[in-house]
Amino acid sequence: MATVNTRLGGLIAWIDERTPLTTTWKSATRLAGYYAPKNVTFWYFFGTLAIVVLISQLVTGIFLTMHYKPDASLNESGVPLAFASVEYIMRDVPWGWLIRYLHSTGASALLILVYLHMFRSVLYSSYIKPRELTWLLGMTIFIGLAAQTFVGYLMPWGQLSFWAAQVIVNAFSQIPFFGPDFTLWLRGDYVIGDATLNRFFSFHVIAFPALLLWLLFQHIPHTVKDIRIFLGFLTVCVAIVFYLPEMGGYFLEYNNFTQANPLQTPQHIAPLWYFTSYYSILRAITYPLFGIDAKLWGVLGMLAAMVIFALLPWLDKSRGMSFRQKGPIFKVALAIFVVSFVTLSYLGTVPTDPLRLLLAQICTAIYFAFFLLMPIYSRMDNPRGDAGRSTR
Amino acid sequence: MNKLFLKLMLLQLLFVPLAAIAAGAAAPGVAGAAGTLINLDHAPDKSHDQAALQNGARLFTKYCLTCHSASFMRYNRLRDIGFTEQQIKEELMFATDKIGDPMKVAMRKADAQRWFGLVPPDHSVTVRARTSALGPGEDWIYTYLRSFYRDPTRPSGWNNLVFQNVAMHHVLWEFQGEQVLEDPLSKTYKLRLAIPGKLTPAEYDNLVADLVAYLKYMSEPSAGLRKELGVYVLIALFVLLAFAIVLKPGSVKLARRP
Repeated sequence: MATVNTRLGGLIAWIDERTPLTTTWKSATRLAGYYAPKNVTFWYFFGTLAIVVLISQLVTGIFLTMHYKPDASLNESGVPLAFASVEYIMRDVPWGWLIRYLHSTGASALLILVYLHMFRSVLYSSYIKPRELTWLLGMTIFIGLAAQTFVGYLMPWGQLSFWAAQVIVNAFSQIPFFGPDFTLWLRGDYVIGDATLNRFFSFHVIAFPALLLWLLFQHIPHTVKDIRIFLGFLTVCVAIVFYLPEMGGYFLEYNNFTQANPLQTPQHIAPLWYFTSYYSILRAITYPLFGIDAKLWGVLGMLAAMVIFALLPWLDKSRGMSFRQKGPIFKVALAIFVVSFVTLSYLGTVPTDPLRLLLAQICTAIYFAFFLLMPIYSRMDNPRGDAGRSTR
Repeated sequence: MNKLFLKLMLLQLLFVPLAAIAAGAAAPGVAGAAGTLINLDHAPDKSHDQAALQNGARLFTKYCLTCHSASFMRYNRLRDIGFTEQQIKEELMFATDKIGDPMKVAMRKADAQRWFGLVPPDHSVTVRARTSALGPGEDWIYTYLRSFYRDPTRPSGWNNLVFQNVAMHHVLWEFQGEQVLEDPLSKTYKLRLAIPGKLTPAEYDNLVADLVAYLKYMSEPSAGLRKELGVYVLIALFVLLAFAIVLKPGSVKLARRP
């Protein structure tokens, strides 16, 4: 072991003489020397787990790309090639079904972890000075991940892939001035079609992953390692992959086992669970205001709901650093926010009716109030006496 | 202190179902296309019954495969459910002579369009696609295939309670016989067996259950292996996890470089 270490050290020294490897590592990433909080708890593991899942997504993605065909033309049985190639992976590619389920479950797992990771940051006010940039980079990663899963969801070319893309892309066309041109470029056509599938494939396998990896290198301050947490998480994921790959229609929607049909609109269109809260907000905003169409307000509301997290470092005035040091008002506000977020997520998965619409509108109001009123209520709290202890 | 925090989190989770119930209370009973209230019958689970699966495969290739393709399913995959290659060639392959071929139909699409008004859908993944708020896809097909009734207003002479005005006619009618609406004027939508078929109702239900079991198998042929393998993978992970917990490889450690 000692000789291996010496040899490795020799190798690094050899490389260091020729290229600035170690110095680049130290200067370009903050993995090398960044102050980590000393009060690491259970909540601190989600970021590291998310990296593990991301790597799994990259690896399974490589193998899926070997067999997947981003082609919307019909084969001789009248099935789009893209849809058929996914079923080909499920049946004819050795272990293809496992790789596909790992990838589809991984996408949902990644979003769960990212949401929990963000929740941790709010709990511990992880974004306040001097970590604003880390938080903003993280937010950029979150938006990038949303874009990545959105384009990825078109790949199976099922009914919901097609119609969810149709709804969201059309929503962008509501943005004044550049909206229509942007959506035309995004689709590469006047309708979602083969051109859209091809460019979304290109985004999904190279553009967004490359961007995400680069952002990630800038974002990660440190990693936490605990084999027990890792194995526990892996066990849960594996149980889902082998026994509940569809997760009751939340990870793989049943209607997506029907091939995309541009001539037949499904009765109920919903994105996958991780976007349904924003989708609910899109549907909940039904009033035209200041002479602007309700549709545009809906789109703005949806986008704002995703981006508003970025303002947290300047909205949060609470003086307690960790959750237990925070006062009761902040805790209650956060609890109400989480409930309304979950309610919105649920409402986005079901067809809407007047009562549900009202509930979605109330939750939308709570959603934005949580952020916009934060400078007021987070100041009202009296922090416990040991504020700032964790930084000493 | 951490416990208090956990309690708070758990308390918070209690609110979640409340909110969901509030939203769900508005859900109406799911109505069929023509206002019929559908209650799906539960399809018996025959996924481990090889004889039933084989019977289902025979029924599918004989009665369904004339119009409905299963273009993702290859004939030689039927070895999964206990057929020999010779059996597949002699008893199941009518449209091709290559055992590695997928199950396609000989009918031309233009003809199908002219005869039925649409191309009959491919059935490779129908069971998965038919899963909905009503219930699992196998229940839908099981109920559908038992809900045909005589309707003189339809071009085929048949209608269906689960799928109103469906283009398909009752292919298995000689087994089931002919059902009619008990009272066409009322909204009860109950069926009565007017002319008995070759099989008793119980026998017919069993036949449909076999066919549905096969369709379910075909919608994910790797499901059997998946569930079998899952046990071993989970056991291995639990053992590793147990070791990790017992041996406690240090408490939380930060990977910080100097």
